[in-house]
Amino acid sequence: MVFSGKVHKFGADIDTDAIIPARYLNTFDPRELARHCMEDADPEFPSKVQPGDIIVADKNFGCGSSREHAPIAIKGASISCVIAKSFARIFYRNCINIGLPILECSAAAEAIEEGDEVQVDLETGKIVNLRTSEEYQAIPFPDFMQQIMDKGGLINYVRDK
Amino acid sequence: MGMTISQKILAAHAGRDFVEPGELLNCKLDIVLGNDVTAPVAISEFKRLELDKVFDRDKIVLVPDHFAPNKDIKSAEQCKIMRDFAGQYGIKNYFEIGQMGIEHCLLPEQGLVLPGDLIIGADSHTCTYGALGAFATGVGSTDMAAGMATGEAWFKVPESIKFIYYGKLPEWISGKDLILHTIGDIGVEGARYMSMEFTGEVIKNLSIDNRFTMANMAIEAGGKNGIIEADDITLDYVKSRARRPFAIFRSDQDAVYCEIREYDVSKLEPVVAFPHLPENTRPISQAAGVALDQVVIGSCTNGRIEDLKIAAGILKGRKVHPEIRTIILPGTQQVYLEALRKGYIEIFIEAGAAVSTPTCGPCLGGHMGILAKGEKALATTNRNFVGRMGHPESEVYLSSPAVAAASAVKGKITAPWEV
Repeated sequence: MVFSGKVHKFGADIDTDAIIPARYLNTFDPRELARHCMEDADPEFPSKVQPGDIIVADKNFGCGSSREHAPIAIKGASISCVIAKSFARIFYRNCINIGLPILECSAAAEAIEEGDEVQVDLETGKIVNLRTSEEYQAIPFPDFMQQIMDKGGLINYVRDK
Repeated sequence: MGMTISQKILAAHAGRDFVEPGELLNCKLDIVLGNDVTAPVAISEFKRLELDKVFDRDKIVLVPDHFAPNKDIKSAEQCKIMRDFAGQYGIKNYFEIGQMGIEHCLLPEQGLVLPGDLIIGADSHTCTYGALGAFATGVGSTDMAAGMATGEAWFKVPESIKFIYYGKLPEWISGKDLILHTIGDIGVEGARYMSMEFTGEVIKNLSIDNRFTMANMAIEAGGKNGIIEADDITLDYVKSRARRPFAIFRSDQDAVYCEIREYDVSKLEPVVAFPHLPENTRPISQAAGVALDQVVIGSCTNGRIEDLKIAAGILKGRKVHPEIRTIILPGTQQVYLEALRKGYIEIFIEAGAAVSTPTCGPCLGGHMGILAKGEKALATTNRNFVGRMGHPESEVYLSSPAVAAASAVKGKITAPWEV
Protein backbone atom coordinates (compact mmCIF):
# COMPACT_ATOMS: atom_id res chain seq x y z
CA MET A 1 0.00 0.00 0.00
CA VAL A 2 1.44 3.37 -1.04
CA PHE A 3 0.08 6.62 0.37
CA SER A 4 1.24 10.10 1.21
CA GLY A 5 0.42 12.63 3.89
CA LYS A 6 1.49 15.78 5.66
CA VAL A 7 3.88 15.44 8.59
CA HIS A 8 3.36 16.39 12.22
CA LYS A 9 6.72 16.23 13.93
CA PHE A 10 7.28 15.29 17.58
CA GLY A 11 10.35 14.91 19.79
CA ALA A 12 11.81 12.07 21.86
CA ASP A 13 10.08 9.94 24.53
CA ILE A 14 6.51 10.92 23.61
CA ASP A 15 4.67 8.93 26.28
CA THR A 16 1.21 7.43 26.17
CA ASP A 17 -0.07 10.06 28.62
CA ALA A 18 0.87 12.66 25.99
CA ILE A 19 -0.76 10.63 23.21
CA ILE A 20 -3.97 10.22 25.19
CA PRO A 21 -4.12 11.59 28.74
CA ALA A 22 -5.54 9.24 31.37
CA ARG A 23 -8.35 11.69 32.13
CA TYR A 24 -10.00 10.47 28.91
CA LEU A 25 -9.59 6.75 29.55
CA ASN A 26 -13.10 6.34 30.89
CA THR A 27 -14.11 5.55 27.31
CA PHE A 28 -12.60 3.63 24.40
CA ASP A 29 -14.67 5.20 21.63
CA PRO A 30 -12.09 5.97 18.87
CA ARG A 31 -13.83 9.22 17.81
CA GLU A 32 -13.92 10.55 21.35
CA LEU A 33 -10.29 9.56 21.99
CA ALA A 34 -9.29 11.17 18.67
CA ARG A 35 -10.64 14.51 19.91
CA HIS A 36 -7.90 14.50 22.59
CA CYS A 37 -5.13 12.79 20.63
CA MET A 38 -1.64 14.25 21.39
CA GLU A 39 -3.36 17.01 23.36
CA ASP A 40 -0.74 17.30 26.12
CA ALA A 41 2.12 17.35 23.59
CA ASP A 42 0.43 19.82 21.20
CA PRO A 43 -2.95 21.25 22.27
CA GLU A 44 -3.67 22.28 18.64
CA PHE A 45 -3.12 18.80 17.24
CA PRO A 46 -6.71 17.47 17.39
CA SER A 47 -8.03 20.50 15.51
CA LYS A 48 -5.34 20.68 12.83
CA VAL A 49 -4.86 16.99 11.98
CA GLN A 50 -6.27 15.90 8.62
CA PRO A 51 -7.15 12.35 7.53
CA GLY A 52 -4.06 10.65 6.08
CA ASP A 53 -1.54 12.83 7.95
CA ILE A 54 1.63 11.20 9.22
CA ILE A 55 3.30 11.46 12.65
CA VAL A 56 7.10 11.54 12.64
CA ALA A 57 8.86 11.33 16.00
CA ASP A 58 12.23 10.82 17.61
CA LYS A 59 13.20 7.85 19.83
CA ASN A 60 11.04 5.77 22.18
CA PHE A 61 7.64 6.87 20.85
CA GLY A 62 4.76 5.52 22.95
CA CYS A 63 6.68 4.87 26.16
CA GLY A 64 4.84 4.44 29.44
CA SER A 65 1.46 2.85 29.87
CA SER A 66 0.10 -0.22 28.05
CA ARG A 67 -3.12 1.62 27.16
CA GLU A 68 -4.26 0.53 23.73
CA HIS A 69 -6.25 3.76 23.78
CA ALA A 70 -3.04 5.43 22.53
CA PRO A 71 -2.86 3.74 19.10
CA ILE A 72 -6.70 3.72 19.00
CA ALA A 73 -6.67 7.53 19.43
CA ILE A 74 -4.06 7.93 16.67
CA LYS A 75 -5.98 5.60 14.37
CA GLY A 76 -9.21 7.37 15.32
CA ALA A 77 -7.63 10.69 14.27
CA SER A 78 -7.13 9.05 10.81
CA ILE A 79 -3.33 9.25 10.99
CA SER A 80 -2.13 6.95 8.23
CA CYS A 81 1.16 5.96 9.80
CA VAL A 82 3.72 6.73 12.51
CA ILE A 83 7.42 6.94 11.66
CA ALA A 84 9.90 7.07 14.56
CA LYS A 85 13.53 6.45 15.39
CA SER A 86 12.30 3.78 17.77
CA PHE A 87 9.11 2.68 19.53
CA ALA A 88 8.47 1.57 23.10
CA ARG A 89 7.71 -2.13 23.02
CA ILE A 90 4.13 -2.32 24.33
CA PHE A 91 3.07 0.50 22.02
CA TYR A 92 4.80 -1.22 19.08
CA ARG A 93 3.00 -4.46 19.85
CA ASN A 94 -0.34 -2.71 20.25
CA CYS A 95 0.02 -1.03 16.85
CA ILE A 96 0.62 -4.38 15.15
CA ASN A 97 -2.28 -5.93 17.05
CA ILE A 98 -4.79 -3.25 16.01
CA GLY A 99 -3.39 -2.62 12.53
CA LEU A 100 -1.96 0.90 12.91
CA PRO A 101 0.97 1.12 10.46
CA ILE A 102 4.29 2.06 12.09
CA LEU A 103 7.75 2.34 10.62
CA GLU A 104 11.08 2.42 12.44
CA CYS A 105 13.60 4.57 10.58
CA SER A 106 16.21 6.79 12.24
CA ALA A 107 17.31 8.63 9.10
CA ALA A 108 13.75 9.54 8.11
CA ALA A 109 12.86 10.59 11.65
CA GLU A 110 15.91 12.82 11.72
CA ALA A 111 15.56 14.52 8.34
CA ILE A 112 11.84 14.91 7.81
CA GLU A 113 10.45 18.22 9.02
CA GLU A 114 7.12 19.53 10.27
CA GLY A 115 4.77 20.15 7.34
CA ASP A 116 6.69 18.01 4.82
CA GLU A 117 4.69 15.84 2.44
CA VAL A 118 5.88 12.24 2.78
CA GLN A 119 5.13 9.13 0.72
CA VAL A 120 5.20 5.71 2.37
CA ASP A 121 5.22 2.23 0.83
CA LEU A 122 4.17 -0.12 3.62
CA GLU A 123 5.16 -3.28 1.75
CA THR A 124 8.74 -2.27 1.01
CA GLY A 125 9.21 0.12 3.94
CA LYS A 126 10.35 2.85 1.53
CA ILE A 127 9.78 6.42 2.74
CA VAL A 128 10.12 9.39 0.35
CA ASN A 129 10.18 13.02 1.43
CA LEU A 130 8.31 14.66 -1.46
CA ARG A 131 9.73 18.09 -0.58
CA THR A 132 13.37 17.07 -0.82
CA SER A 133 12.96 13.83 -2.87
CA GLU A 134 15.14 12.09 -0.29
CA GLU A 135 14.47 8.36 0.20
CA TYR A 136 14.75 6.29 3.35
CA GLN A 137 14.41 2.59 4.12
CA ALA A 138 12.56 1.49 7.27
CA ILE A 139 13.46 -1.69 9.17
CA PRO A 140 11.25 -4.48 7.77
CA PHE A 141 8.86 -6.40 10.06
CA PRO A 142 9.53 -10.05 10.89
CA ASP A 143 7.29 -12.35 8.77
CA PHE A 144 5.16 -13.34 11.73
CA MET A 145 4.23 -9.73 12.56
CA GLN A 146 3.66 -9.00 8.89
CA GLN A 147 1.15 -11.89 8.85
CA ILE A 148 -0.75 -10.37 11.80
CA MET A 149 -0.85 -7.01 10.06
CA ASP A 150 -1.91 -8.56 6.77
CA LYS A 151 -4.87 -10.11 8.57
CA GLY A 152 -5.83 -6.68 9.91
CA GLY A 153 -4.77 -7.34 13.49
CA LEU A 154 -4.32 -10.06 16.11
CA ILE A 155 -7.99 -10.92 16.65
CA ASN A 156 -8.51 -11.73 12.96
CA TYR A 157 -5.25 -13.69 13.02
CA VAL A 158 -6.39 -15.73 16.05
CA ARG A 159 -9.85 -16.31 14.54
CA ASP A 160 -8.42 -17.64 11.28
CA LYS A 161 -5.96 -19.92 13.03
CA MET B 1 25.82 -21.49 26.03
CA GLY B 2 23.63 -21.04 29.08
CA MET B 3 20.32 -19.26 29.47
CA THR B 4 19.14 -16.42 31.65
CA ILE B 5 16.18 -16.93 33.98
CA SER B 6 13.99 -15.04 31.49
CA GLN B 7 15.04 -17.31 28.60
CA LYS B 8 14.39 -20.38 30.77
CA ILE B 9 10.87 -19.36 31.76
CA LEU B 10 9.93 -18.54 28.16
CA ALA B 11 11.48 -21.80 26.92
CA ALA B 12 9.60 -23.84 29.53
CA HIS B 13 6.30 -22.25 28.46
CA ALA B 14 7.00 -22.86 24.78
CA GLY B 15 7.87 -26.53 25.31
CA ARG B 16 11.48 -25.92 24.33
CA ASP B 17 14.81 -26.85 25.92
CA PHE B 18 16.69 -23.85 24.63
CA VAL B 19 15.73 -20.47 23.21
CA GLU B 20 17.87 -17.58 22.03
CA PRO B 21 17.32 -13.83 22.27
CA GLY B 22 15.49 -12.57 19.19
CA GLU B 23 13.51 -15.77 18.61
CA LEU B 24 9.74 -15.44 18.31
CA LEU B 25 7.86 -17.94 20.45
CA ASN B 26 4.30 -18.91 21.11
CA CYS B 27 3.98 -19.52 24.85
CA LYS B 28 1.40 -20.89 27.26
CA LEU B 29 0.26 -18.41 29.89
CA ASP B 30 -0.28 -18.95 33.61
CA ILE B 31 -2.20 -15.73 34.27
CA VAL B 32 -3.93 -13.13 32.07
CA LEU B 33 -4.75 -9.86 33.86
CA GLY B 34 -6.82 -6.78 33.09
CA ASN B 35 -8.22 -3.72 34.86
CA ASP B 36 -11.18 -1.37 34.46
CA VAL B 37 -9.37 0.74 31.83
CA THR B 38 -7.91 -2.05 29.70
CA ALA B 39 -10.27 -5.00 30.19
CA PRO B 40 -13.35 -3.35 28.59
CA VAL B 41 -11.36 -2.90 25.35
CA ALA B 42 -10.15 -6.51 25.61
CA ILE B 43 -13.69 -7.76 26.25
CA SER B 44 -14.95 -5.92 23.18
CA GLU B 45 -12.19 -7.57 21.09
CA PHE B 46 -12.77 -10.97 22.74
CA LYS B 47 -16.44 -10.82 21.78
CA ARG B 48 -15.47 -10.49 18.11
CA LEU B 49 -14.18 -14.07 18.38
CA GLU B 50 -17.70 -15.29 19.27
CA LEU B 51 -16.49 -17.81 21.84
CA ASP B 52 -18.72 -19.17 24.58
CA LYS B 53 -15.85 -19.66 27.03
CA VAL B 54 -12.44 -18.37 28.01
CA PHE B 55 -9.39 -20.67 27.89
CA ASP B 56 -9.40 -21.18 31.67
CA ARG B 57 -11.62 -19.27 34.05
CA ASP B 58 -9.20 -19.76 36.97
CA LYS B 59 -6.32 -18.11 35.10
CA ILE B 60 -7.93 -14.79 34.26
CA VAL B 61 -7.80 -11.99 36.81
CA LEU B 62 -9.94 -8.85 36.57
CA VAL B 63 -9.42 -5.96 38.98
CA PRO B 64 -11.32 -2.67 38.96
CA ASP B 65 -8.63 -0.41 40.42
CA HIS B 66 -7.83 2.52 38.12
CA PHE B 67 -11.00 4.63 38.22
CA ALA B 68 -12.62 2.56 40.97
CA PRO B 69 -14.50 2.98 43.21
CA ASN B 70 -16.22 4.42 40.13
CA LYS B 71 -15.19 8.04 39.78
CA ASP B 72 -17.89 9.01 37.27
CA ILE B 73 -20.66 7.56 35.15
CA LYS B 74 -18.39 6.53 32.26
CA SER B 75 -16.05 4.72 34.67
CA ALA B 76 -19.05 3.03 36.25
CA GLU B 77 -20.05 1.77 32.80
CA GLN B 78 -16.53 0.44 32.17
CA CYS B 79 -16.47 -1.37 35.51
CA LYS B 80 -19.90 -2.79 34.73
CA ILE B 81 -18.65 -4.22 31.41
CA MET B 82 -15.94 -6.04 33.35
CA ARG B 83 -18.26 -7.20 36.15
CA ASP B 84 -20.84 -8.49 33.66
CA PHE B 85 -18.17 -10.31 31.68
CA ALA B 86 -16.78 -11.91 34.85
CA GLY B 87 -20.29 -13.12 35.73
CA GLN B 88 -21.12 -14.36 32.25
CA TYR B 89 -17.88 -16.30 31.77
CA GLY B 90 -17.52 -17.47 35.38
CA ILE B 91 -14.20 -15.68 35.95
CA LYS B 92 -13.19 -16.77 39.45
CA ASN B 93 -10.70 -14.03 40.15
CA TYR B 94 -12.80 -10.93 39.76
CA PHE B 95 -12.26 -8.66 42.75
CA GLU B 96 -15.19 -6.44 43.66
CA ILE B 97 -14.88 -3.16 45.57
CA GLY B 98 -14.32 -4.20 49.18
CA GLN B 99 -12.02 -7.06 48.15
CA MET B 100 -10.07 -5.37 45.41
CA GLY B 101 -6.73 -3.66 45.72
CA ILE B 102 -4.24 -2.14 43.32
CA GLU B 103 -3.73 -5.07 40.96
CA HIS B 104 0.04 -5.38 41.34
CA CYS B 105 -0.21 -5.32 45.14
CA LEU B 106 -3.20 -7.66 45.10
CA LEU B 107 -2.13 -10.55 42.84
CA PRO B 108 1.05 -11.48 44.73
CA GLU B 109 -0.74 -11.06 48.08
CA GLN B 110 -3.49 -13.45 46.96
CA GLY B 111 -0.96 -16.01 45.74
CA LEU B 112 -2.23 -15.71 42.16
CA VAL B 113 1.23 -15.13 40.71
CA LEU B 114 4.09 -17.42 41.63
CA PRO B 115 7.76 -18.07 40.86
CA GLY B 116 8.37 -19.47 37.38
CA ASP B 117 5.04 -18.23 36.02
CA LEU B 118 4.55 -16.60 32.65
CA ILE B 119 2.12 -13.72 33.09
CA ILE B 120 0.70 -11.09 30.76
CA GLY B 121 -1.32 -8.18 32.03
CA ALA B 122 -3.00 -5.35 30.19
CA ASP B 123 -1.17 -2.89 32.39
CA SER B 124 2.41 -1.81 31.91
CA HIS B 125 3.34 -2.41 35.56
CA THR B 126 2.61 -6.12 35.26
CA CYS B 127 6.41 -6.45 35.34
CA THR B 128 6.07 -6.13 39.16
CA TYR B 129 5.69 -9.94 39.53
CA GLY B 130 9.24 -10.44 38.31
CA ALA B 131 10.12 -9.81 41.97
CA LEU B 132 8.94 -13.38 42.63
CA GLY B 133 11.12 -14.90 39.90
CA ALA B 134 8.28 -14.94 37.36
CA PHE B 135 8.37 -13.63 33.79
CA ALA B 136 5.66 -10.98 33.78
CA THR B 137 5.12 -8.32 31.16
CA GLY B 138 2.65 -5.63 30.21
CA VAL B 139 0.65 -5.92 27.01
CA GLY B 140 -2.26 -4.12 25.39
CA SER B 141 -5.92 -5.03 25.45
CA THR B 142 -5.89 -6.99 22.19
CA ASP B 143 -3.12 -9.25 23.49
CA MET B 144 -5.18 -9.70 26.63
CA ALA B 145 -8.22 -10.64 24.51
CA ALA B 146 -6.23 -13.21 22.53
CA GLY B 147 -4.74 -14.49 25.79
CA MET B 148 -8.18 -14.95 27.35
CA ALA B 149 -9.29 -16.87 24.26
CA THR B 150 -6.27 -19.09 23.64
CA GLY B 151 -4.21 -19.08 26.84
CA GLU B 152 -1.24 -18.20 24.67
CA ALA B 153 0.71 -15.19 23.53
CA TRP B 154 3.65 -14.53 21.23
CA PHE B 155 6.93 -13.26 22.64
CA LYS B 156 10.23 -12.15 21.23
CA VAL B 157 12.87 -13.61 23.56
CA PRO B 158 14.55 -10.54 25.04
CA GLU B 159 18.23 -9.92 25.57
CA SER B 160 19.08 -9.39 29.23
CA ILE B 161 20.94 -6.72 31.14
CA LYS B 162 22.33 -7.85 34.48
CA PHE B 163 22.34 -5.27 37.25
CA ILE B 164 24.58 -6.12 40.19
CA TYR B 165 24.13 -4.13 43.42
CA TYR B 166 26.82 -4.47 46.06
CA GLY B 167 28.00 -2.70 49.21
CA LYS B 168 26.24 -1.79 52.45
CA LEU B 169 22.83 -0.27 51.95
CA PRO B 170 22.78 3.05 53.86
CA GLU B 171 19.94 3.92 56.22
CA TRP B 172 16.86 5.32 54.42
CA ILE B 173 17.84 3.78 51.08
CA SER B 174 15.08 1.59 49.69
CA GLY B 175 14.30 -0.40 46.56
CA LYS B 176 12.77 2.79 45.16
CA ASP B 177 16.08 4.61 45.42
CA LEU B 178 17.91 1.69 43.78
CA ILE B 179 15.55 1.54 40.82
CA LEU B 180 15.35 5.34 40.37
CA HIS B 181 19.14 5.47 40.47
CA THR B 182 19.28 2.70 37.85
CA ILE B 183 16.77 4.43 35.55
CA GLY B 184 18.67 7.68 36.00
CA ASP B 185 21.79 5.83 34.89
CA ILE B 186 20.47 3.99 31.80
CA GLY B 187 17.59 6.30 30.79
CA VAL B 188 13.94 5.70 29.95
CA GLU B 189 14.80 3.55 26.95
CA GLY B 190 18.01 2.07 28.37
CA ALA B 191 16.43 -1.38 28.58
CA ARG B 192 13.97 -1.07 25.69
CA TYR B 193 12.74 -4.52 24.70
CA MET B 194 15.11 -6.11 27.22
CA SER B 195 14.95 -8.09 30.39
CA MET B 196 16.35 -6.37 33.49
CA GLU B 197 17.81 -8.92 35.88
CA PHE B 198 18.46 -7.54 39.37
CA THR B 199 21.16 -9.40 41.32
CA GLY B 200 23.93 -9.02 43.87
CA GLU B 201 24.31 -9.10 47.64
CA VAL B 202 22.07 -6.07 48.14
CA ILE B 203 19.18 -7.73 46.27
CA LYS B 204 19.71 -11.01 48.15
CA ASN B 205 19.09 -9.14 51.40
CA LEU B 206 16.31 -6.92 50.10
CA SER B 207 12.78 -7.43 51.47
CA ILE B 208 10.06 -8.70 49.18
CA ASP B 209 8.19 -5.35 49.25
CA ASN B 210 11.32 -3.53 48.11
CA ARG B 211 11.84 -6.12 45.40
CA PHE B 212 8.31 -5.50 44.10
CA THR B 213 9.14 -1.79 43.91
CA MET B 214 12.22 -2.48 41.82
CA ALA B 215 10.64 -4.93 39.37
CA ASN B 216 7.61 -2.61 39.11
CA MET B 217 9.64 0.16 37.53
CA ALA B 218 11.49 -1.94 34.92
CA ILE B 219 9.02 -0.57 32.38
CA GLU B 220 10.19 2.98 33.18
CA ALA B 221 13.54 2.05 31.61
CA GLY B 222 11.66 0.53 28.66
CA GLY B 223 12.22 -3.01 29.97
CA LYS B 224 10.11 -5.92 28.83
CA ASN B 225 10.39 -7.41 32.29
CA GLY B 226 12.29 -7.00 35.52
CA ILE B 227 13.26 -10.16 37.34
CA ILE B 228 14.84 -11.36 40.57
CA GLU B 229 15.62 -15.03 41.18
CA ALA B 230 13.45 -16.63 43.83
CA ASP B 231 15.25 -17.33 47.12
CA ASP B 232 14.36 -17.94 50.76
CA ILE B 233 12.85 -14.46 51.10
CA THR B 234 10.61 -15.21 48.09
CA LEU B 235 9.65 -18.64 49.41
CA ASP B 236 8.83 -17.17 52.80
CA TYR B 237 6.40 -14.86 51.04
CA VAL B 238 4.78 -17.35 48.67
CA LYS B 239 4.63 -20.56 50.71
CA SER B 240 1.56 -19.59 52.73
CA ARG B 241 -0.16 -18.07 49.67
CA ALA B 242 0.43 -20.56 46.84
CA ARG B 243 -2.47 -22.86 46.03
CA ARG B 244 -0.77 -24.55 43.07
CA PRO B 245 2.70 -25.90 42.33
CA PHE B 246 5.37 -23.53 41.04
CA ALA B 247 8.86 -23.80 39.62
CA ILE B 248 12.09 -22.04 40.48
CA PHE B 249 14.38 -20.98 37.65
CA ARG B 250 17.89 -19.59 37.93
CA SER B 251 20.19 -18.06 35.37
CA ASP B 252 23.05 -20.31 34.26
CA GLN B 253 26.62 -19.38 35.20
CA ASP B 254 27.39 -19.07 31.48
CA ALA B 255 24.20 -17.19 30.57
CA VAL B 256 24.80 -14.43 28.04
CA TYR B 257 24.04 -10.80 28.90
CA CYS B 258 24.16 -7.94 26.44
CA GLU B 259 25.37 -5.73 29.26
CA ILE B 260 26.36 -5.97 32.92
CA ARG B 261 26.16 -2.92 35.15
CA GLU B 262 27.41 -2.77 38.72
CA TYR B 263 26.41 -0.31 41.41
CA ASP B 264 28.14 0.28 44.73
CA VAL B 265 25.22 1.34 46.92
CA SER B 266 27.28 2.33 49.99
CA LYS B 267 27.38 6.02 49.13
CA LEU B 268 23.92 6.24 47.59
CA GLU B 269 21.65 9.07 48.74
CA PRO B 270 17.84 8.97 48.52
CA VAL B 271 16.91 9.71 44.90
CA VAL B 272 14.25 12.08 43.54
CA ALA B 273 13.12 12.04 39.89
CA PHE B 274 12.31 15.52 38.60
CA PRO B 275 9.65 16.32 35.99
CA HIS B 276 8.92 15.11 33.39
CA LEU B 277 10.70 11.76 33.04
CA PRO B 278 11.69 9.11 35.61
CA GLU B 279 15.28 9.34 34.27
CA ASN B 280 15.65 12.95 35.51
CA THR B 281 17.04 11.80 38.83
CA ARG B 282 18.96 13.79 41.41
CA PRO B 283 20.37 12.80 44.80
CA ILE B 284 18.39 14.36 47.65
CA SER B 285 21.26 16.77 48.39
CA GLN B 286 20.57 18.38 45.00
CA ALA B 287 16.78 18.10 45.23
CA ALA B 288 15.92 19.46 48.65
CA GLY B 289 13.89 22.62 48.97
CA VAL B 290 11.39 22.28 46.11
CA ALA B 291 8.11 23.65 47.56
CA LEU B 292 5.16 21.24 47.24
CA ASP B 293 1.37 21.35 47.18
CA GLN B 294 0.69 17.65 47.57
CA VAL B 295 2.32 14.42 48.72
CA VAL B 296 1.01 11.02 47.61
CA ILE B 297 2.11 7.80 49.30
CA GLY B 298 0.84 4.60 47.71
CA SER B 299 0.46 3.00 44.24
CA CYS B 300 1.54 -0.33 42.76
CA THR B 301 5.11 0.89 43.29
CA ASN B 302 4.96 1.79 46.99
CA GLY B 303 1.56 0.88 48.47
CA ARG B 304 2.66 -2.12 50.53
CA ILE B 305 2.87 -2.55 54.30
CA GLU B 306 6.59 -1.87 54.53
CA ASP B 307 6.09 1.40 52.65
CA LEU B 308 3.36 2.47 55.06
CA LYS B 309 5.47 1.40 58.03
CA ILE B 310 8.28 3.71 56.92
CA ALA B 311 5.87 6.60 56.35
CA ALA B 312 4.27 5.99 59.77
CA GLY B 313 7.70 5.92 61.44
CA ILE B 314 8.36 9.43 60.16
CA LEU B 315 4.87 10.86 60.65
CA LYS B 316 4.43 9.50 64.19
CA GLY B 317 3.90 12.36 66.61
CA ARG B 318 4.31 14.93 63.82
CA LYS B 319 1.94 16.97 61.69
CA VAL B 320 2.04 17.33 57.95
CA HIS B 321 2.74 20.89 56.82
CA PRO B 322 -0.53 22.89 56.92
CA GLU B 323 -0.25 23.87 53.26
CA ILE B 324 0.32 20.32 52.02
CA ARG B 325 -2.38 17.87 51.03
CA THR B 326 -1.04 14.46 52.05
CA ILE B 327 -2.87 11.49 50.60
CA ILE B 328 -2.02 7.94 51.62
CA LEU B 329 -3.42 4.97 49.69
CA PRO B 330 -2.86 1.46 51.07
CA GLY B 331 -2.42 -0.94 48.13
CA THR B 332 -4.98 -3.54 49.19
CA GLN B 333 -7.66 -4.12 51.79
CA GLN B 334 -5.29 -6.49 53.61
CA VAL B 335 -2.54 -3.85 53.66
CA TYR B 336 -5.13 -1.34 54.92
CA LEU B 337 -6.27 -3.69 57.69
CA GLU B 338 -2.73 -4.52 58.74
CA ALA B 339 -1.85 -0.81 58.78
CA LEU B 340 -4.93 -0.19 60.89
CA ARG B 341 -4.04 -2.94 63.37
CA LYS B 342 -0.45 -1.75 63.63
CA GLY B 343 -1.59 1.78 64.38
CA TYR B 344 -0.26 3.36 61.18
CA ILE B 345 -3.65 4.64 60.04
CA GLU B 346 -4.13 6.41 63.38
CA ILE B 347 -0.69 7.99 63.00
CA PHE B 348 -1.56 9.19 59.48
CA ILE B 349 -4.87 10.70 60.49
CA GLU B 350 -3.43 12.35 63.59
CA ALA B 351 -0.69 13.80 61.39
CA GLY B 352 -3.33 15.38 59.18
CA ALA B 353 -3.06 13.05 56.19
CA ALA B 354 -6.03 11.70 54.24
CA VAL B 355 -6.23 7.90 53.97
CA SER B 356 -8.03 6.44 50.97
CA THR B 357 -9.48 3.09 50.03
CA PRO B 358 -7.13 1.25 47.61
CA THR B 359 -7.11 2.75 44.10
CA CYS B 360 -4.61 3.76 41.41
CA GLY B 361 -6.45 7.11 41.59
CA PRO B 362 -4.05 10.04 41.57
CA CYS B 363 -1.05 8.15 40.14
CA LEU B 364 -2.46 8.42 36.63
CA GLY B 365 -4.48 11.57 37.16
CA GLY B 366 -7.70 9.61 37.59
CA HIS B 367 -9.20 10.84 40.84
CA MET B 368 -8.48 11.22 44.59
CA GLY B 369 -5.91 13.99 44.30
CA ILE B 370 -5.72 15.72 40.91
CA LEU B 371 -3.35 18.67 40.53
CA ALA B 372 -4.33 22.18 39.41
CA LYS B 373 -2.31 24.27 36.96
CA GLY B 374 1.13 25.03 38.31
CA GLU B 375 0.89 22.72 41.32
CA LYS B 376 3.69 20.40 42.40
CA ALA B 377 3.38 16.96 43.94
CA LEU B 378 5.91 14.55 45.38
CA ALA B 379 4.67 10.99 44.92
CA THR B 380 5.89 7.47 45.61
CA THR B 381 4.37 6.50 42.26
CA ASN B 382 6.22 5.50 39.09
CA ARG B 383 5.73 8.16 36.41
CA ASN B 384 6.11 11.91 36.25
CA PHE B 385 5.16 12.57 32.63
CA VAL B 386 3.56 15.86 31.59
CA GLY B 387 0.01 15.96 33.00
CA ARG B 388 0.36 12.58 34.69
CA MET B 389 -1.38 13.66 37.91
CA GLY B 390 -3.65 16.32 36.50
CA HIS B 391 -3.20 19.63 34.72
CA PRO B 392 -0.67 19.55 31.86
CA GLU B 393 1.16 22.40 33.61
CA SER B 394 1.42 20.61 36.96
CA GLU B 395 4.56 18.77 38.06
CA VAL B 396 5.24 15.38 39.64
CA TYR B 397 8.41 14.43 41.51
CA LEU B 398 9.07 10.78 42.38
CA SER B 399 10.66 9.43 45.56
CA SER B 400 10.64 6.74 48.23
CA PRO B 401 8.02 6.71 51.01
CA ALA B 402 10.66 7.98 53.48
CA VAL B 403 11.42 11.09 51.43
CA ALA B 404 7.70 11.60 50.72
CA ALA B 405 6.74 11.45 54.41
CA ALA B 406 9.56 13.78 55.47
CA SER B 407 8.63 16.19 52.69
CA ALA B 408 4.98 16.16 53.78
CA VAL B 409 6.09 17.36 57.22
CA LYS B 410 8.33 20.12 55.91
CA GLY B 411 6.20 21.20 52.94
CA LYS B 412 9.14 20.91 50.59
CA ILE B 413 11.39 18.12 49.33
CA THR B 414 13.30 17.02 52.41
CA ALA B 415 15.73 14.26 53.37
CA PRO B 416 14.25 11.76 55.87
CA TRP B 417 16.94 12.51 58.48
CA GLU B 418 15.95 16.17 58.61
CA VAL B 419 12.64 15.76 60.41
